[in-house]
Amino acid sequence: MSITLSIIYLIATVTFVIGLKFLGHPETAKKGNFISATGMILAIIGTLFLHGFENVPLINYILIGAALLVGTIIGWLIAMKVEMTKMPELVSLFNGFGGGSALLIGLIEFNKNVGVEDSMKASASIITTILAAIIIGSITFTGSLIAWAKLNGSMKDIRLPKYNLINNVMFLALAAFATYIVLMNTDSFLLITILLVASLIYGILFVIPIGGADMPVVISLLNSLTGIAAAITGVLYGNMVMLVGGILVGSAGLILTFVMCKAMNRSLSGVIFGAFGGDSDTVAATGKSGGSIKKTTASDSAILLNYANKVVIVPGYGLAVAQAQHVIHELETLLTKKGVDVSYAIHPVAGRMPGHMNVLLAESNVDYDKLIEMDDINPQFPNTDVVLVVGANDVVNPAAHNDPASPIYGMPILDVENAKHIIVNKRTMNAGYAGIENELFFNTKTSMLFGDAKSALTELVSELKNM
Amino acid sequence: MNELLKFISNNLELIYILILAIFIGVELIKNVPSVLHTPLMSGANALSGVVIIGALLVMLKADTPLALGMGFVAVVLGIINVVGGFAVTDRMLQMFKKKK
Repeated sequence: MSITLSIIYLIATVTFVIGLKFLGHPETAKKGNFISATGMILAIIGTLFLHGFENVPLINYILIGAALLVGTIIGWLIAMKVEMTKMPELVSLFNGFGGGSALLIGLIEFNKNVGVEDSMKASASIITTILAAIIIGSITFTGSLIAWAKLNGSMKDIRLPKYNLINNVMFLALAAFATYIVLMNTDSFLLITILLVASLIYGILFVIPIGGADMPVVISLLNSLTGIAAAITGVLYGNMVMLVGGILVGSAGLILTFVMCKAMNRSLSGVIFGAFGGDSDTVAATGKSGGSIKKTTASDSAILLNYANKVVIVPGYGLAVAQAQHVIHELETLLTKKGVDVSYAIHPVAGRMPGHMNVLLAESNVDYDKLIEMDDINPQFPNTDVVLVVGANDVVNPAAHNDPASPIYGMPILDVENAKHIIVNKRTMNAGYAGIENELFFNTKTSMLFGDAKSALTELVSELKNM
Repeated sequence: MNELLKFISNNLELIYILILAIFIGVELIKNVPSVLHTPLMSGANALSGVVIIGALLVMLKADTPLALGMGFVAVVLGIINVVGGFAVTDRMLQMFKKKK
């Protein structure tokens, strides 16, 4: 490897660190992303032209060029076309591709060892590295694809009986089997195929039972694992940019995973090993909050909002699904013009990923300063005249405070029940994403405004305009 | 065990870098406001596409059609992760621009 390439890798590594640093602040985030992207492009071009290998056949270059072109076009098109509501599954899909790449590299490297003389065989530490790349790459590959399928709704949670036991035994078996391959120093293609298939299946089994509400945590965890897979292949090639880049993603992803768990008051092991969100028995048990609900109309709600001094909007994923983020902004502008103090209460896990709601609202030009985080808005609810909950459910469910039997018990929520009036817009009385009933809807201060978020809000806006 | 100790002594620098990089990653992310979690996850995801470098090395050294073919797929997958990841992060952050 030429010294120029080493320097390029060094520069790229520094851009990754700076990029991540800048990504952590709203003002510099865009610049940070650009800096890392530049570093990545530098590293790719540098590798292509300064690799220092001798006699690389022309056909290899042609195929590399073709692969880069095809992948760039596909990646670009997907990224430009996707709707912002579909972000979480897209991150998951891209992540799966990265894992797939790592797993293929591991397979090719293992294959080089097949059929060579014993004295020429790779050392046990190299084989260990290769196997680790294959196992982790496979788990992130199938795991991310399953997460993707589950988030875009084409797949439901499936729980095999005793799935925890099956998964844990399977994981131990994988580790034992990999150790066996290393110790035997075998080059058996059959054994490596079994390991590959077992890892791919483990990735599926690992993600398939995890409840919908816990999906963001899993994606973040898988993201972290892809970073580790990249770092491991970096060790294999003694390549610093891969090693440091991969480890940065690995540790950043892991911290992000813990931050998300904390926001939902879940432990990581609870997410991975505990059933949540799909257990019908719990739903039935907590679903007896009883009481009657109070329906309201758009015009009544409009009057309530019009004469309020302070209104807090609580947006949830239902708002995003209905593509109502633009109408809600219109409503907010209208109310502000009428002298009402309007702000948005953003729960850390509103939407399908932390910060997802902020992206969606930013897309429809909502002023950044109006988005208030949970800890800052909660003390303001007692002084709030009207809370408008749009398509949110679990994040305003008081069961988190007062029902120890509820699966979301202990999760920090937005204390909207402290406000003077609560208007909840929902399509139906169906339970939320976590699959549990919400006693807020039966509160005497709550009025239910049924309907699709977009049409209900549009009606609300036109009623307000007429006042 | 012997093998392990040998591995450690041969790769001491690597291990130092690894451990320090873990701490940098943690420190960089620890205090990020939750509003940026989604773009951050997406940006970090694009960075994990650095595995593309390994895929390129594999293809440059490939001498069998099998290695070349598998390397091809690895490069395609890796570059999708890189390009798609950075592009979509940029699209998201575009929306965060302050409007006055």
